[in-house]
Order: sequence, then structure tokens, then C-alpha cells
Amino acid sequence: MTELAATDPLPKPKRDIAPILLPVAVALVMIPLIGSPSTWLTLTAASLAMGMMIFIMASGLTLVFGLMDVLNFGHGAFIAVGAYVATLVLAPFAASLQADSLWINLAVLAPAALLSMAVSGALGLIVERVLILPVYGQHLKQILMTTGGLIVAEQTLYAVWGPQIIPTPLPTSLRGSFILGDVAIAKYRVLATLIGLAVFIAIQLVLNRTKLGLLIRAGVENREMVEALGYRIRRLFLGVFMTGSALAGLGGVMWALYREQVHASMSDDLTVLIFIVVIIGGLGSIGGCFIGAILVAMIANYGGFLVPKLALVSNILLMVAILMWRPRGLYAVTSR
Amino acid sequence: MMILSGDPPRSRVLTLVLVLIILALVATPFLFPGAKALNVAAKICVFAALVASYDLLLGYTGSVSFAHTMFYGIGSYAIAIALYGMGPNWGAVATGIVVGLPLAALLALAIGLFSLRVAAIFFAMITLAVASAFQVLASQLSWLTGGEDGRSFQLPELLRPGTVLISKNLIGLEVNGRILTYYLVFTVSALMILALLRVVNSPFGRVLQAIRENRFRAEALGFRTVFHLTYANCLAALVAAGAGILNALWLRYAGPDTSLSFSIMLDILLMVVIGGMGTIYGAIIGATIFILAQNYLQWLMGVASKAASEAGLPLLPGLLHPDRWLLWLGLLFIASVYFFPTGVVGRLRNAGGDKSAGGSH
Repeated sequence: MTELAATDPLPKPKRDIAPILLPVAVALVMIPLIGSPSTWLTLTAASLAMGMMIFIMASGLTLVFGLMDVLNFGHGAFIAVGAYVATLVLAPFAASLQADSLWINLAVLAPAALLSMAVSGALGLIVERVLILPVYGQHLKQILMTTGGLIVAEQTLYAVWGPQIIPTPLPTSLRGSFILGDVAIAKYRVLATLIGLAVFIAIQLVLNRTKLGLLIRAGVENREMVEALGYRIRRLFLGVFMTGSALAGLGGVMWALYREQVHASMSDDLTVLIFIVVIIGGLGSIGGCFIGAILVAMIANYGGFLVPKLALVSNILLMVAILMWRPRGLYAVTSR
Repeated sequence: MMILSGDPPRSRVLTLVLVLIILALVATPFLFPGAKALNVAAKICVFAALVASYDLLLGYTGSVSFAHTMFYGIGSYAIAIALYGMGPNWGAVATGIVVGLPLAALLALAIGLFSLRVAAIFFAMITLAVASAFQVLASQLSWLTGGEDGRSFQLPELLRPGTVLISKNLIGLEVNGRILTYYLVFTVSALMILALLRVVNSPFGRVLQAIRENRFRAEALGFRTVFHLTYANCLAALVAAGAGILNALWLRYAGPDTSLSFSIMLDILLMVVIGGMGTIYGAIIGATIFILAQNYLQWLMGVASKAASEAGLPLLPGLLHPDRWLLWLGLLFIASVYFFPTGVVGRLRNAGGDKSAGGSH
């Protein structure tokens, strides 16, 4: 345990702030390494935006792991499905996206994102009922089932949309950057960071301020006890699974706009990143997932700038380092 | 019995099928002329060994690793780089083997020790992450690995297609270096599978099964589960690297698509599950079914897709397109986990009414 929280007043539970300081420390250490402050600011903004998107995709997964001990290897499918469904709205209204008005653009983007979330969430319902329900408590079969589901989902996307890459250009009003002095911060990254923060705060509020959240947190910590108290945890889990899938769909839309293209295998690399985030955050911990996502994005951005060739390997090194420090992730919330 | 380590197929139909497969593989160069049939047969041999080594992990220890293609790739690349760099001689082949196998075992040891230190639930995810990092590394270090293009190389004189060992005789057959290479692949694969049978039927293999069934109890019985799991990991990695070496020798090429890609990992997983986990024999069946499907089902689907598009049906041409064959295999995969988790081998053993067959649901 860390002794950094020793100054807190006693009656409150100890707050473990070392993980929170970690991304701050990483960012500060990078200033002299990168040299130019304006580049550093741009990279930091980019890391925050990327981290938020990864967080949105990973948040559902970590709760699914934590709450129900289900290993879902098909989470990436929701990301890809979300992105593809968004193109259904974005393509016909391409003209409105070209209009130079933030409100008109958002009037197209918002329904696209909502539709993606709805479809991904509905798909989550089907996946949970068909693939996961029969194999509760059997890790091996969960991995096999969800991997099979991922293959089927990816191949179906290929069959329906074809193998070509679909371009998803950014709306006009979100192109370009805010220029502050000699620092350029892309507008879309600001929007992504804001959405990510909103999602994070919303999840934290639900988890910490509502009865539903109390049950979810209790379930992560001790499932049997919640069941013994008479709550139907399976139904709770279904809700969490669908929300997580919907969030993955939202993340998929945001990632598609970030990369300005959609491809059925887009989720492959993301899945690896998400797993790393979930592992270093600690299974079931939203706070850990948030910090983990920012750390992974920072490593990707700073590392990509300093040693471009080692971008993905450096994520593994990050994971190794953090697991050496805390073998169960930054915040170990589950009893397992 | 001795050669099978006292673990016969335990089903008449299964024995018959296995004997047929093996006879067909032995006779392929003479029965089915043409490069394609020989390629398919060699691929079946290589994958049977690779899948059997994966079965040691998945079926006998119950741990899901996504890094198996990494070891396979290490074998392939080791031999390819050695033969590319040192020229086509036997010294290079030996160097590739001497470098590749220990490297794979060491890496397996490192992964095993590291992921056993952290929560066991992480194992699948950590292997996935390490494997994808390795794949990126292999395509980035292009001065060594040839990047996305991979490395093509020449085989030693004896194994080249041009080398005629026995010229056309009465039956009109010519035994050349290519056929010799095929038999090399076949023999080494068979030896590796027999060795794996030996391993899983040894006391060590029994402990692995005990760990799979209940790790806590196995530990309570006094077995060092960490040692056993890591050891199994290293053995599986060695055989996988061996299969990689054979694959590279047969293709005279090693590249990301043929030895490292994630789709190969999924193929292996499918083969193990279709054939039957925890049986070793399932690997032979699974590899045969899968690779035959991969090579001949696609053709069938192409015909069906064309027919569907000519009939003007919507969506169906897309679903039946030859490139979408993985979709159907994915469905088959889910269905097999659902309905017969013991795979073909488990099914046949149960259908035979043999009392010793177990693990059905």
C-alpha cells in the first residue's frame, strides 16, 4: 500500500492518489525530453483526446469483467458496428456535414452517434443472451464464444458493406485547430475530450450517487453477497453489458471520425489497446480504466514522437512496469 | 500401443478416420499429382503438429494463449533469416534451429513467469498484447525480417525441386527434392505429435489435467502448479517453433501473413475446438477438416455465390462470397462450442459407447 494518502483526515476511507499522479508525472517528465513546449502541449492535448476515446470504449469492458467475471473478447465488434452504423447516417447527410455551421453539423452527428449507441446496445443484448448466458463461470468457453462472435460480426460487416475502406470526413466546423499563441490544438480533439469527460463524470455519478451504482459496485466487490440480498444480479449485469456495448459503439463513431475512415478490422488494434487499459487499470475499476487510458494514449503519443518505431511495444512495457508495481492493476477493486 | 503412449483413439470410427488421413497424407505425392494437393497435404502436416501443441495448452492446462503464432513465427523467421543470410547450406538450417527453438522457449518462459505473477485471468489478454507487439516488431525491423514482404530463400541442394533422387521408374514417378522435403515435413510433424502424446500421457500430463480441473486442489496436493504451467508453456512453444521451421522450409518463405498474423491464431483455435480439445488426436482431425475447407470450400462458395447473384437474390451473394468463408466457420465454431464442446473426437468417442470416454455435456 502507498503512504501518499497519509495526510487525509482519518474518518474518510483512504484515497489512493498515487495512480492519479502517475499520468501527471509522465506528462511533466516529458517536457524536457520533447524540448519545445508548444509541441508538448499539442501532444498532451492529443493524448487526452485519444485517452478519452479509448476510455469510452474500455469502460464497459472493465465493468463486465469486474461485475460478472466474464471475459469478452468480442468487445471490438461493438466498436466496428458502431462506426459502420454511423456511416448510415453520415453518408446521406454528407452535404449537411459540409455546411460551415457547428449546429447543423452537430444536428447530423448527434443522431448518428445515438443510432450507433442504440444498435450497439441492442447487439449487446443479443450477444449477452445468446453467447454469454450459456457459458457463465467458464472462462475458456467465454473466450471461445466471444472470439467466435467477433469473427462472425467482422465477417458480416464485410459481407454487408464490402471490404473497402469507407471515408468518414470530419464535419467542416470541426476541422482545423484552435491556435493559442504558437500552440495548435485540433478542434475535434477538444470535442472528444469534452465527450470523454462527460461520460466519465456520468459514470462516476451513476456509480457513486445512485442505488443502481451502489449495487453495481457491490456486485464487483462480492457478487454472491448481492445475490444473497435478493437482487437479480443477472439483470443488472445485462444492463451493464448493454451500456458498455453502447459506449463501445459511441467510441467507435468517435474513433471513425478521428481517423476519418471506417474499416471492418479497425477494432483489431483497438482491442489490444483496450485490453492493456483494462489490465493496468484493474478489473472493474472505472477510475483505473480512466487513468490507464490516458497513460496508454500518452505513451502512444509521446512515444510516437520520440521513438516512433516502438509505439506498440512501449505499451507492453508500460503494462509490464505497472503490473510489477501493482500486480492486479492500478486499483484492485475485485475480490478475485 | 507403445508408439501411441498407451492412449489409442478409443473409437473404431475415429481410428478408421485417422488411419485414412495418415495413409492419404503418406500417399499424396503418388495419389494426387500436382502442386496444389501436395501443398495442402504439407499444410495439414504442419498445422496438425502446431494445433496439437496448442492443444497441450488449451485442452490439457485450460489456459488460453493468443501468442502461439508468435512462437510459430519465431521458428519460421529463424530458419528464413538464417538461410537468407548464410546461403542455402545445412549449416544455416542448423543455425536456424539452434537459434529459433531456444528463443521460443525463453520467450515462453518469460511470458509464463510474468503472467503467472499477476492474476491468472490476465493470461489470455497479456499473450494477445505481447503477440501483437511482436507482430509489429517483426514488420518494423525490416532490415532483419524483410518487413511486410518477408524473406524468401533457397533451400539446400538436396531439398530443391530440381534435384532428382530417383528418376522416373516403372510407375512413372519421379522422386525429387520437393517430395523429399514433403516427407521430411510429414515425418517431423508425426514425431512431434507422438512426442506430445507421450507428454500428455506422462505423470506430468496428468498433473496438467489436474490443474485444468482444479488448480487450487492440485496445489493443495503439493504440485508446483507454476512450474508445471510454465513447463507446458515452454514445451508448446518449442513444438510450435518446430512447426514454424517446417512451414518455412516447405514454403521457402517466411512473412507476417504466413506465420504471424492473428488470423492464423484464430485458425488454430478453430481447429482445436472443431477437432476436440484435450485429445491431441483432435488436432489431426481439426487441421484436416479446416485446411480442406479452407482450400476447397472457398471454391464451392464461389460457385454458390455466383448462382445466388445470377438468381438476383439480395445479400446472399455477399454472404456466400469466397472471402467470407470465415463467417461460416465462425458460426460453426460457436455452434461447436455450444453443442459439442468435446469436438469431433469427443463426439466419436461418445458415440462409440466407450465407457472410458469422458467430458461430455
